Amino acid sequence: MEVSPSTTPAFDARVKIAVRGLNVHYGDNHALTDVSLDIPECRVTALIGPSGCGKSTFLRCLNRMNDHIRGVRIEGSITIDGEDCYGADVGPVVLRRRVGMVFQKSNPFPKSIFENVAFGPRIHGVRDTVALREVVERSLRQSALWEEVEDRLGSSALDLSGGQQQRLCIARALAVEPEVLLMDEPASALDPIATAKIEELIQELKRDYTIVIVTHNMQQAARVSDYTAYFYLGQLIEFGSTDLLFTNPSRRETEDYITGRFG
Amino acid sequence: MPLHTDRGYESQLGQLRAHLLEMGGLVEDQIAQAIRCLTERDRALAGVTIERDHTVNRLDVEIDDLSLKLLALHQPAARDLRLITTALKITTDLERIGDLATHIAERAVELASEPPFTPCVDIPAMASLASSMVHRSLDAFVREDVELALGVCSSDDEIDKLHAELFRNLLTIMGKDPRSISSTMRQLFISKYLERIGDHATNIAEMVIFMVKGRSIRHLDTVPREL
Repeated sequence: MEVSPSTTPAFDARVKIAVRGLNVHYGDNHALTDVSLDIPECRVTALIGPSGCGKSTFLRCLNRMNDHIRGVRIEGSITIDGEDCYGADVGPVVLRRRVGMVFQKSNPFPKSIFENVAFGPRIHGVRDTVALREVVERSLRQSALWEEVEDRLGSSALDLSGGQQQRLCIARALAVEPEVLLMDEPASALDPIATAKIEELIQELKRDYTIVIVTHNMQQAARVSDYTAYFYLGQLIEFGSTDLLFTNPSRRETEDYITGRFG
Repeated sequence: MPLHTDRGYESQLGQLRAHLLEMGGLVEDQIAQAIRCLTERDRALAGVTIERDHTVNRLDVEIDDLSLKLLALHQPAARDLRLITTALKITTDLERIGDLATHIAERAVELASEPPFTPCVDIPAMASLASSMVHRSLDAFVREDVELALGVCSSDDEIDKLHAELFRNLLTIMGKDPRSISSTMRQLFISKYLERIGDHATNIAEMVIFMVKGRSIRHLDTVPREL
């Protein structure tokens, strides 16, 4: 399959993350082939494609979640604001403070709501109680959960509903003040109302954060994102503004996938 | 193009295309019949043409319903989305063409009770151009043929010219012989209806170009070289 090299659309924002010639191997499996992609700042970029296409691998490379997978080989470069994410002086811990992540299954710690959100700042050395309270409130407000939990911050996070737990995980990611937020299927386990709340939240968050979201739900990608990248068999097939990609994609493979002519 | 994974969806999209073609065939017949009413002074045939418009109207509503259902239930994207939005627009044009053919038949009935006239320009030739524009625009739709659609757009200038010519000639006749006014006015109406049919066929052709290319050429002074 030949893929045109000029897959970068004209952005209406500066480039936050620049990925060049990214190749990922898991042992003999070539999971990503020569992916080059720019991610714009304070915009939502959606990654779509069938299972196994490499979109999650790509997302996980952005905060070095693949580093410890046995037999993984990562080549190419990823820079955030020009700084190499895989540079010798950048450890995953430092990187992940700048690049937060939210997963498909909400995974709150078996602790109180307060402690879940305060966990990251504590690790990064915040000890002052007043400062921690401020961080917790700000993060919970940003994740649109504050009003539902402000009177029970001490109760267990596990007592929250699925949608609330997911918003708690978003608050936890925001508490360390990242610049980039990665979301891997953040709403796939939620009901439509909880999903709508997360989608609404994404629109709020993009004012301050660069968001990259992986989703199997193409309508969700269409609703929440500004730019969409279509991956297939480890290659980036097409990257463009979301409204154009869903009304008039330039590549046949994209067309077949988004119209459901597949397999 | 590979078939849609959801066969029900695929068959509904096919149904939408089939409905549009059926409607297109009906209005083409309507135009031909209306002109025969005129040339053969056939009042009975005019009744048939006018009656047929009910079927065209029913199809218009059915196409709207089917399009809405497809939009609501399948969240179509890309080519499919453009097909459905095109269907919604061209059904309106086809319905209007049907109305105009009906109007021609009505004027033909009125003219049949007037003394026969010698056409000063060839209304049947103008009608066959209008009818061919409708036919070609629907052909372009079926074959997704942009060149054919562009041809329809350029025929529009031709039919406009014929109408302008006929207008001048009829005006001269009216000036010379005021008794002819009631007949010539009706002929002028028919010419205007045919010119409008050409406009609707052009709209259809423009929508076909949008459907195939994803780019609108409507309301542009010149057609972009690169489509």
